[in-house]
Amino acid sequence: MKAKVYVNLKSGVLDPQGKAIQHSVELLGFSGIADVRQGKYFEIALDGSVSQDQARESVEKMAREVLSNPIIEDYRVEIEA
Amino acid sequence: MKFGVVVFPGSNCDHDAYHVISKHVGQPVDFIWHRDTDLSSYDAVIIPGGFSYGDYLRAGALARFSPVMNSLQKFAQSGRFVLGICNGFQILCEAGLLPGALIRNRDLHFICEHVFVRTETTDSPFTNEVERGAVLSLPIAHAEGNYVCDDQTFAELQREDRIVFRYCDRDGNVTNSANPNGSRDNIAGICSRERNVLGLMPHPERACEDLLGSSDGRDIFRSLAATLAAAV
Repeated sequence: MKAKVYVNLKSGVLDPQGKAIQHSVELLGFSGIADVRQGKYFEIALDGSVSQDQARESVEKMAREVLSNPIIEDYRVEIEA
Repeated sequence: MKFGVVVFPGSNCDHDAYHVISKHVGQPVDFIWHRDTDLSSYDAVIIPGGFSYGDYLRAGALARFSPVMNSLQKFAQSGRFVLGICNGFQILCEAGLLPGALIRNRDLHFICEHVFVRTETTDSPFTNEVERGAVLSLPIAHAEGNYVCDDQTFAELQREDRIVFRYCDRDGNVTNSANPNGSRDNIAGICSRERNVLGLMPHPERACEDLLGSSDGRDIFRSLAATLAAAV
């Protein structure tokens, strides 16, 4: 079983890295880009000793308390069988 | 009075802080390894600058889980004094001892330069020997010093007079061009509601000797020492 966690800056928080990336891809000739936001992606391999529901619960806790800072970031958890 | 300087893997301003306390404040000071949990003999603890845990995940995020941090929460709750400098400020925010967060600098660069900060309140154990409005010259050295918080927190910080330092120009004007990293309202340092915890991005411990370009940082340590002397 695998858990995927996506962490992104909240919409109101300035993302200077996203802005720099947007600028660079525009220099490369891409047009029509309204915004770029950079986030983090975690893959967590689970050893299969817990149920999918238990896995979701513990990964949600992990995402909330460690992987993201709730003051500036949002997270999303996906569990893959 | 006794000081402690917490050392995490990756701390690199721990010796500077130790030097300032022993030489300029002239008080006993210990290094506290991050796995130690007994803070009972200390009156004030400094969380120094550096790159604890390599700044992995987020600056200060992993240091928060070191064993010493549980003790530090209780230490702060008991009203004793905590000073977080640079990475120390980031750690205190991650640990919830101070509100808000420090994100990537507005212009992305790691900035290493002397800046000016204006002392916004003298109602703190760290600034009570400084004049209100006094401009201090202190160095900064960070990539994640851009202070952010929500509107409610910001209003609270203002209402409770908890913004201790703001970036300013040489004459004390708080302007956008004097803001090195994009921090909300030029915030360089804030204190806790109980005022015994201060976090700031500039490095007062690197500005305690004229030879190093400024000795303005001494005012902060002098204030803390005076507070402790009055309390003992």
